Amino acid sequence: MRNTFASTLETLARTDPRIVLLSGDIGNRLFDSFKEQYPGRFFNCGVAEANMTSMAAGMALCGLRPVTYTIASFVTVRCLEQIRIDVCYHDLPVIIVGVGAGLSYAELGTTHHSCEDIAMMRALPNMTVVCPGDAIEARLALTAAFKFNRPVYIRLGKKSEPIIHQNDPDFQIGKGILVREGGHEVCFISTGNILPVVIESANILAICGIDAQVVSMHTVKPLDEELLGRLFSSFEIVATVEEHSLIGGLGGSVAEWRSGQRSIKTDLLRFGVKDAFIHGAGGQKTARQSLGLDAESIAKEILKKKPRPLFIDLEAT
Amino acid sequence: MEIKELEALSLKIRGKIIEMSHKAQAAHLGSALSCVDVLVALYWHAMAIDPLKPHEPQRDRFILSKGHAAMALFATLAARGFFPETLLDTFGAFGACLEEHPSPSCAPGVEAAAGSLGHGIGLGIGMALAGRLQQIPYRVFITVSDGECNEGSTWEAAMFASAHDLENLCVIVDFNKWQATGRSCEIMALEPLAEKWRAFGWSAYEVDGHDMGELTSCLKNVPDHRGKPVAVIAHTVKGKGVSFMEDDNNWHYRIPTQAEVVLAKKELGLL
Repeated sequence: MRNTFASTLETLARTDPRIVLLSGDIGNRLFDSFKEQYPGRFFNCGVAEANMTSMAAGMALCGLRPVTYTIASFVTVRCLEQIRIDVCYHDLPVIIVGVGAGLSYAELGTTHHSCEDIAMMRALPNMTVVCPGDAIEARLALTAAFKFNRPVYIRLGKKSEPIIHQNDPDFQIGKGILVREGGHEVCFISTGNILPVVIESANILAICGIDAQVVSMHTVKPLDEELLGRLFSSFEIVATVEEHSLIGGLGGSVAEWRSGQRSIKTDLLRFGVKDAFIHGAGGQKTARQSLGLDAESIAKEILKKKPRPLFIDLEAT
Repeated sequence: MEIKELEALSLKIRGKIIEMSHKAQAAHLGSALSCVDVLVALYWHAMAIDPLKPHEPQRDRFILSKGHAAMALFATLAARGFFPETLLDTFGAFGACLEEHPSPSCAPGVEAAAGSLGHGIGLGIGMALAGRLQQIPYRVFITVSDGECNEGSTWEAAMFASAHDLENLCVIVDFNKWQATGRSCEIMALEPLAEKWRAFGWSAYEVDGHDMGELTSCLKNVPDHRGKPVAVIAHTVKGKGVSFMEDDNNWHYRIPTQAEVVLAKKELGLL
């Protein structure tokens, strides 16, 4: 997603001279081509995220279209108040891009995990929160964000994630994308970089005889309530999956929405990071496994609700 | 405009601020009174602005980063003709556009919201960089409080501005020697303040923040052709202009009674 972001931004900047890029001393070589093509439109703001965010707001007040970029935890939580007041209170077209969603940088430790950013960004008035599921969604999200003309947070994974979409889907901010059609038992709603895991989980369930549907809910705010209404009236189980805290992320959002609906019988399962810091070294894959956020663990939880004979075989393997 | 006329404007604006504080029962009177002369020097002398064209792209920008002195900004903008003085009568009233801290686009001439400290310089740098990129040579003036220099973001901004040689940027520190609950030089090691700005790569000046002659000659000299952003340390008195408010930090939060309003206006020569 990271490289796609850089190349997409470069393309968009060609036709829109208002686009400027502010980086928090990150992206070594990533933006070489951008810098070469648009000298004067790239700013290395140093390790000073608060000032970077205020500057972006000041630029937007004068007609520019700034993008702030650094690691997800630093570009959001570190400068939360600058986002709240300078960007959101003024309702400015600043695009905040975080790389390293969730546990992308698990091996770097808790300081580099970003499992609270959706919750914090989502709580801010005027803010839109977009978590692309693959590089194609990342490209479409950035393109859509520039047309949106308001504050947008884009939460990217890292580099070389699997590509999920074969072709460009119809991408609109605030509208979920159907990624895998399924029966009427289980529907996964995934947000962000966990999407490949969710697809894999659906494939495991298919072997067990459950044809699960998968939706990429790239926009956590505003929620696609119309789609939720349809899913919760069509499926027996809806399961949200995110590489983010269970507090305040996609699952929290859907639960909030659901609490305001009448007579929903559909079960809601929420897969995410429990309310604790993650201790101990390890990469994204092992961190996901330890949190039950790998494809097999998710499938097993679904099978507990929807037992199938093959479940036993899966356990044995 | 003659210095004497500017001084008379300051007195009038101080009187208005004291009335506003009483009427709206709004705090931060001492902080508003200390920066009035700076605002008058900027709006009537140093800045290229047209009150009838508040969105003119070429205009100089002003950010009151010490947003708690909003009364001073609003009274100044009204006196300068950005909006009718009658709007000041609504200050702080339920649902009115003029709140105790400036909100975004709350009135013509208000460039940015403020209230939480340490935001204005970063915003101003963004504006100055935009001007540079768009090749519009406007200047950006920002007034910060001495307490605001506690904020780390103030110094993040200071380091960035000098690295980019933003000579069209000017920060005026309203150095009234007090912050909300104590002496600003005791709570943190603020002094030597001008030296700090110089060490961060700025061109720094110290002026008497109530001497209209010193203020105007210093502020109109921005950029000062040293290729650096300019910091003006304006030595001021909190509660300036009213004997029983001057340098008394109770007036950070105290609200004047009607009798005190009358007394203050008499001292200012307005009654």
